[in-house]
Amino acid sequence: MWHDAVLVAGKDLRIEARSRVAMNQVAPFAVLVLVLFAFAIDPNRGVLARTAPGLFWIAVLFSALLAVQRSFTLEAADGARDSLRMAGLDGAGVFLGKAAAIALELLGLEVVLGVGVVVLYGSDLHGPLLLLLTCLLSTAGLAAAGTVYGVVAAGLRVRETLLPLLVLPVVAPVLLAATRATEAILDGRASWADPWLRILAVFTVIYVAFGVLAFGPLLEES
Amino acid sequence: MKSSTAATKVLGLVTLTGTVATVWLGLWVTPPDAVQGDLVRILYLHAPVAWIAYLAFGITALASILYLWPRTRDRRWDLLAGASAEIGVVCTALTLAIGSIWGRGSWGVWWTWDARLTTTVLLLALFLGYLALRRVPGDVEVRSRRAAIAALVAAVDIPIVHMSVTWWRTLHQPPSVLKPDFLHPSIHGSMAWTLLLGFLSLTVGYAWLLIHRYRVEQMEDELEQHGLDIAIAERRAEAELVRP
Repeated sequence: MWHDAVLVAGKDLRIEARSRVAMNQVAPFAVLVLVLFAFAIDPNRGVLARTAPGLFWIAVLFSALLAVQRSFTLEAADGARDSLRMAGLDGAGVFLGKAAAIALELLGLEVVLGVGVVVLYGSDLHGPLLLLLTCLLSTAGLAAAGTVYGVVAAGLRVRETLLPLLVLPVVAPVLLAATRATEAILDGRASWADPWLRILAVFTVIYVAFGVLAFGPLLEES
Repeated sequence: MKSSTAATKVLGLVTLTGTVATVWLGLWVTPPDAVQGDLVRILYLHAPVAWIAYLAFGITALASILYLWPRTRDRRWDLLAGASAEIGVVCTALTLAIGSIWGRGSWGVWWTWDARLTTTVLLLALFLGYLALRRVPGDVEVRSRRAAIAALVAAVDIPIVHMSVTWWRTLHQPPSVLKPDFLHPSIHGSMAWTLLLGFLSLTVGYAWLLIHRYRVEQMEDELEQHGLDIAIAERRAEAELVRP
C-alpha cells in the first residue's frame, strides 16, 4: 500500500512539475481571491487583518476544489483510470497517493497565500510551529475528503458543478476549526491542546480511514 | 405493481386523522404557553418534522450500509435510501422554514448562528448533494455505490459538524436564548399529548410517503426495463426484415 501510494503521488507530482497547472493557474487564482477580498472588505479599518485567517482558509478551500478537479481530470484523459486499475495497484495506495499529492500542492499554495496575507493584509505571524501543525492537519483533511469526493464525481458529465456541492458542506468543519485555530495562534493565545486542533485531527483521521476503506471499490467500478 | 394497497391506505388515513387531530389540539385545545404564549403552537409541528428529518437520514444511512455490505447487497436498499433521503430533505427544509418563523416571533430574527440551526443547514446541503448525485445519468450500479458512499460520508460528517459548530458558538459567547432545554424540560398535560400525537402521526406519515416513493422508484425501474425490452424487440424485427 505505501509503495503504491508513493508511486501514485510521485506520478501526480511529476505531472504537476511538468505541466505547472497548479503553479501557473491555481496559485495566481488563490492570490487573486485574496485581492478580491480586499475589494469586498474595507481595508482601512483593520477588518482585513482581523478576518485574515478566515479569508486565508476560504482561499485555500477554493483552491483545494480546483486541485481535486485537476487531480481527477488527469485520470479521465487517455483512459488513465483504466490503466491505473489494470496496473494492479492497491486501492488504498492510490487514494493515499492522490491525496498526498493534492496535500503537497496545497501546502505549497498555503506558503504563497501566507506570504500574501502578511504582505497584503498586514497580519503578523506568531507561533510558527503551531501554524505549521494547523496547516498540516487541515490540508491533510481537505485533501482526504476532497479525494474521496473527487472519485465519487469522477467520470460524471456534471462533475465540475457537482464536486463543490458535495465537498463544501463536508469540509465546513475544517474551515471552521482551521480558522479558529489560526485566529487563536495569531492572537498568541493558542496551545498545543487547542480543541480546534483536536477537531482537525479527528476529521483528518476519519476521512483518511474512510478513503482507505472506500477508495478501492470506488475505483474498481465505472 | 399497484401504487396503493390496503396497508398504505390505512397508513394514509391514520396520518390524515392524526395530523388533523394534532392541528386541532395544537390550535384550539391546548393553552398558550406561560412564556412563549401562542408561539408555542408552532412547536407541535416543528419538533415532529425535525424528528422525521433525522429519522429519514438515519434510514438512508442504514440502507446505504446494507447496500454496500456484500452479503446484503440488493438494489432495493438503494431505492429505499434514495426515497428516504428525499423525504429527509423536504423535512429538513420544512424544519428550517418553520423554525425560522418561530424564531422571528420568539427572538425577533429569522436566523441566528446557533449550533443546531447551523448543523441543520449543513445537513440540508449535504443531502441536497446526495440527491444531486443520485440524479446523475449513468450506470445504475455505479451510481448506487457512489451514492451509498456519499450518504455514509454525510452521516459521518454530521457529528463532526455538530461538535465544531457547538464549540464555535459556545467558545465565543455563551448561548443566551437557545439553551438545550429551551423547550421547558417539564411540559405536561394536553401540551405533551399534542406533541406526542404530532410525533406519532408524522412518523406514520413518513412510513406512508416512504412506501409510496419506494414503489414509484420500483415502477420507474420496471418501466425502464420494459422500454429496453421493446427497443430490443424492435431492433430484432428490423433485422428480420433485412435478412433475405
